[in-house]
Amino acid sequence: MAVHDTTDTTDTTGTTRRGDRTAEPVLGSAAPRREGPAKLTGTARYAAEHTPPDCAYGWPVAAAVAHGSVTGIDDSDAMAVPGALAVLTHENAPRLGEPDDPTLLLLQSPRVPHRGWYVALAVGETPEAAREMARALHVSYDEEPHDVLVHPDHPKLYHPEQANGGYPGACERGDFDAEYDAAPHRFDLTYTLGPLHNHPMEPHAATAVWEGGHLIAYDSSQGATVVCQTLATMFGLDPHQVTVVAEHVGGGFGSKGTPRPPVVLAAMGAKHTGRAVKVALPRRELPFVVGHRAPTVQRLRIGARDDGTLAALGHDVTTHTSTVREFVEQAAVPSRVMYGSDGSRTGHGVVALDVPTPSWMRAPGEAPGMYALECAMDEVATALGIDPIELRLRNIPDREPDSGRPFSSHHLADCLREGARRFGWERRDPRPGARRDGDLLLGTGVAASTYPAYVAPSTASVQALGDGSRPAYHVRINATDIGTGARTVLAQVAADELGVPLEAVRIDVGSSDLPAAPLAGGSSGTASWGWAVHKACRELRESDGTLVTVDTTSDVQGQEEYARHAFGAVFAEVSVDTVTGEVRVRRLLGVFAAGRILNARTARSQFIGGMTMGLGMALTEHSSLDTRLGGFVEKDLAGYHVPAHADVPDIDAHWIEEHDPYLNPVGGKGIGEIGIVGTPAAIANAVHHATGRRYRELPLTPDRVGVVA
Amino acid sequence: MIPQRTATSSTLTLHVNDTAHTVTVDHRATVLDVLREQLHLTGSKKGCDHGQCGACTVLLEGRRANSCLLLAVAYDGAHLTTVEGLGDEERLHPLQEAFHERDAFQCGYCTPGQIVSGVGMLCEAAEGHPSHATSPEALQWATGAPAELNRDEIRERMSGNICRCGAYPHIVEAIEDVTDHALRHRGTAPHRTDAGADAGTDADSGTDARTDAVPAR
Repeated sequence: MAVHDTTDTTDTTGTTRRGDRTAEPVLGSAAPRREGPAKLTGTARYAAEHTPPDCAYGWPVAAAVAHGSVTGIDDSDAMAVPGALAVLTHENAPRLGEPDDPTLLLLQSPRVPHRGWYVALAVGETPEAAREMARALHVSYDEEPHDVLVHPDHPKLYHPEQANGGYPGACERGDFDAEYDAAPHRFDLTYTLGPLHNHPMEPHAATAVWEGGHLIAYDSSQGATVVCQTLATMFGLDPHQVTVVAEHVGGGFGSKGTPRPPVVLAAMGAKHTGRAVKVALPRRELPFVVGHRAPTVQRLRIGARDDGTLAALGHDVTTHTSTVREFVEQAAVPSRVMYGSDGSRTGHGVVALDVPTPSWMRAPGEAPGMYALECAMDEVATALGIDPIELRLRNIPDREPDSGRPFSSHHLADCLREGARRFGWERRDPRPGARRDGDLLLGTGVAASTYPAYVAPSTASVQALGDGSRPAYHVRINATDIGTGARTVLAQVAADELGVPLEAVRIDVGSSDLPAAPLAGGSSGTASWGWAVHKACRELRESDGTLVTVDTTSDVQGQEEYARHAFGAVFAEVSVDTVTGEVRVRRLLGVFAAGRILNARTARSQFIGGMTMGLGMALTEHSSLDTRLGGFVEKDLAGYHVPAHADVPDIDAHWIEEHDPYLNPVGGKGIGEIGIVGTPAAIANAVHHATGRRYRELPLTPDRVGVVA
Repeated sequence: MIPQRTATSSTLTLHVNDTAHTVTVDHRATVLDVLREQLHLTGSKKGCDHGQCGACTVLLEGRRANSCLLLAVAYDGAHLTTVEGLGDEERLHPLQEAFHERDAFQCGYCTPGQIVSGVGMLCEAAEGHPSHATSPEALQWATGAPAELNRDEIRERMSGNICRCGAYPHIVEAIEDVTDHALRHRGTAPHRTDAGADAGTDADSGTDARTDAVPAR
């Protein structure tokens, strides 16, 4: 098993410069980002940075009650503000066609499903005027009682047919009750996670302008094809009458994976006023209107034999959704994948509350689910006196437990062993609380990671330009680069297949006028887009023509039945201050098996970035619902603490060279999400090792950890 | 110049990247919004508009500042450096080059703020400013000698700039790469000029100053 070595890669990246040719293969090389210079010098334009001539500014007005309906809107003061253009409300806004996602049905009815729901849009000549108008708008409400707290005994709890991702809400395998009751070692453990917020650095924003009957929108989105189709539906247009541009996107982490209010509001405002309209959401409003990771209460029941193998595995998740749309965080799903057992029961219960609608946040399902499962596995290991790595090795299944399908490839064991070697795991004293450094207690922990290798159909085109002596190619695909390096890696795929230098490939992404493609989400972008680019380049190479357009629908649907998952192992070392309760991460190391790594430089950044977000989930990120006022308490970056420079140590990310013939022609499994998955449990397990205490709730902030004797 | 005022707006001059811009600003407008919406210098980003994230960091008279917290009307005659003033795509600033080599960014939205903040931070350290991470021993001597920038120092001094993609380890490496050169390399240590200096005399980087009047909205 070849293992990619950090030192080698660092050397490579240190000597590779833009425009230089290197001897190494194009695909897999550490090519720097194509849009790098534009981003580094500030010339890369994001959604709110397109200002068409005569552009007006929209400022949304958020509902000031937790539940109820709007009974009246007085806009006389708002329209008296110098520079006022219009106030759009449910009484005068353009009527919209029904979208798939009802959270986009804005200003269509007086209903207020939760605090922060938009009830109006003020449009003014300047940002200052629009904001002043929003403040001066008088909205009266008929308030109704609200209920925002989920718990497993909630009377409105129900068991959904499906959870997010199309997974069955509940699954049974074998006889869980009998196996659990008969097991010599039984563990019944409950883990609790509050809501979490994506908070990409670029707040959601859009600029829209109507040119004749054609709608042009610059949107901060993970997938302009879906936005284009949605706007066409809502505004009664043919998709060819809509152009959505998402050239540079300042992060999304799932929250921009579906169309969001700014693009709908901007298009409505532009239609109503006949002007270009820009809508950039204030940071404090994001938690209410762009989705969040739903809170979960997770009950893990594990029946173990003396040797640590599992006889029974039960994973019951309780979560919330809104009254607008059902979204069920599929946190029990990883327990259907990770470990074998004779009897298993996994299921989800959900309550529809007067809360903002939850949605995707980096590794929905896996991130919270693996926190609970991997902490529980650590508790089993500790109780049985078995090394936590050994316990996992003993429980790796031959086939995916619930489906019975063979794995396309499975290298969790290699990740655990390689990580242990690099981390120095064999020198670990397993006794909790054994290492002390002054007021600090030190501990180490490990957790496994997993994320499914999704792929979706895509189209793409490639055109041969230039002449025989200087080949040049133009790849076109509506992929989205939200910071992954999609432009760069897709150009690498094309250059590799065409057998030309990277510089010979020009690529356009980020517009719905390009060949349609799925969104950047589910760690599936590179696999899905790369498959289409690869196919287009291959067909061009094998044809006499100069332009090829392909569609991978039949290829994707023709895949063989395998269980396809990336795996990984994360190791953490923490210090816990016995006086203040502060937990700090000293070391963080991840080893991943995610198929072929297509760009060593950008892949490392994604692994490290995912682990950093996992560190935030473990230690700093906390949100809560306000029982009195409804909505979230932690609204902005002063209240909701994402990790800062000083929170993050050096992070090591490595990978196994994994060759999986059952994936897609480019051979990658997707890497955007797996980095976050094992990290919270690795840190929580390290805190137990340091202190001897199990907290079973995140984040491990000083107030929660407290004074450690 | 004496600002021309109405009850709600004033005409004033901002010296941005050695170019004088005469603009009429709404009294409620921040320097960030004037840069982005009136001067179309969109390199400075709006991440939070509350001074919490650092994406809007500019150098104001050579010092780091969150431009979202500066009301433009209060800065007539001020000298600002934004990311656009550090380098261009053909000729990157050494810190921009280091960010590129280290892949110290992903989505790129916090990046201009990180880079401008890094440049300002290197200058502060060169002038001997201590930080929370500076050892008590070093503080005791307080000689004004350049502060030594180990990784903890860099992390502490850069903690006003948030990156949600999690590029922090690579950002620290990129800053380390230029630390040794910070004092030597032309343009890395930003020049300081006196507030209110005449537009014709603030061009000590060699760029000719010109007045680029922007019409009032």
